[in-house]
Amino acid sequence: MTPLQQTVAWLDERLDLTEVRHFISEKGVPVHAQKIWYYLGGMTLFLFCVQVCTGILLLLYYRPSAAEAYESVQFIVTKVEFGWLIRNIHSWSANLLIALAFAHFFSVFLLKSYRKPRELTWLSGVLLLFLMLGFGFSGYLLPWNELSFFATKVGTGIAGAVPFAGHFLLRLLRGGDDVTGATLSRFYGLHVAILPAVATALVAAHLLLVQRQGMSVPLDLEIRIRQGEGVPQMRFFPDYILRDVLAWYVALALLAALALFYPWELGNKADPFAAVPPGIRPEWYFLAMFHTLKLLPSHIAGFEGEQVGVLAFGAAAALLVFVPFLDRHALRGRRSPAFTVAGVLGLVYLVTLTIVGHYAK
Amino acid sequence: MPTTLGDLPYAPQTGGPAFDRRRFLDALLTVGFVSTAAAMAYPVARFLIPPRTGDPETASAVAARAADLKPNSGKIFKFGNKPGIVVRTAEGDLRAFSAVCSHLDCTVQFKADTAQLWCACHNGTYDLGGNVVSGPPPRGLEAFVVNVRGEGADAEIVVSRS
Repeated sequence: MTPLQQTVAWLDERLDLTEVRHFISEKGVPVHAQKIWYYLGGMTLFLFCVQVCTGILLLLYYRPSAAEAYESVQFIVTKVEFGWLIRNIHSWSANLLIALAFAHFFSVFLLKSYRKPRELTWLSGVLLLFLMLGFGFSGYLLPWNELSFFATKVGTGIAGAVPFAGHFLLRLLRGGDDVTGATLSRFYGLHVAILPAVATALVAAHLLLVQRQGMSVPLDLEIRIRQGEGVPQMRFFPDYILRDVLAWYVALALLAALALFYPWELGNKADPFAAVPPGIRPEWYFLAMFHTLKLLPSHIAGFEGEQVGVLAFGAAAALLVFVPFLDRHALRGRRSPAFTVAGVLGLVYLVTLTIVGHYAK
Repeated sequence: MPTTLGDLPYAPQTGGPAFDRRRFLDALLTVGFVSTAAAMAYPVARFLIPPRTGDPETASAVAARAADLKPNSGKIFKFGNKPGIVVRTAEGDLRAFSAVCSHLDCTVQFKADTAQLWCACHNGTYDLGGNVVSGPPPRGLEAFVVNVRGEGADAEIVVSRS
């Protein structure tokens, strides 16, 4: 017996791994034309792990205070060996993660994988997407540079436009009336403690649900299965896992190339009393939202334009959470073209506004 | 296309060319995974080691104003980023040492009643030549050179590495 087999036998004697062995040998993954989309979730998970690991490493040198944050990041990228690499990977991986999470989200939406019995998987996934945006927003401020400082001012200002609770939310986010060192402390706590704790629990729930219920199949295929058609299966272990790992390698290669050839700039240290640098705009994944608010007229039906916009975003987010319950057709296993059209329109809207926002003066 | 797992063409080959190909591919895969792990572990290991901050070795420091240091007293001062101690003996001589105890890096202090340098952590004592008198310290304290700069009330005690 090889040492590995010996170890497994040792554990088996004590823990009885029958169920694990059964799971490994029996689990199958349906093979169909749309299966390429099923790798996006795994890639997102891989990047999440990259974020956890590089984030922990950055914590060793990062100092969360207005006086030292910028200098400590500068120290990381200039003095610590491979510090530039760790920081570049963390920044780029954050962006790739959000891009892949969006791709995963839209593919799941358009394939209607949220339909019964996977409503909870969808729910945990949508919440994770929101959490990832929260990670992006809170992490952006941590280097305490000019761009992040003013972007946070604008971003928290948008929270201030929420009707009734706006001022409370703004002070809650900023830790005061203005973006100061107190904001940095808050965002730091959010970024390295609160969000990771919630995200870890949600990722665990999401994965458990996926494993428990198995991969969904596209609606069309499911309809054909009900009519008696067989679906080819692929072994989860090792066939599917190896393909998954291959997808992770693709993500890793992309990440390494970006981190090496496009270093993430640190910029100038934040100065609360300096003028806002021109061309200030949020990270790309907030651009569509940011630009929508810019396009809104100052008053709509007696309300401030910003308030209407923020309410609309809130309503859209709530709709997304409840999609599995709203899509009555998919719930009953029938095609729901209206939701497909809504999904495509939403995607087109986001992409267009992001591009327009990027080139807008 | 097979429709169930049982129909999959999965039959571990033993012997023959297929076996060799399997072994070769397994080896290739292992090498790939190990290289990836190494490529990740190396930068991480280097990252963990704190860089030298480049603090130049301090050559000298002003320990105190000469007028402030009474006979049979001592004062701890900052020598670079480590503590030093300057002592005026009952006879009026000035002595200076590193205040870092050679036992476990605690900071020593001057005891007026015994006229010794004493480490409160593990009760090590040194005489006013920096030599160990009692307790656990394995070595004496590093002695510094003391000079007085200036005259009168403004005179400063300057300590430098010998």
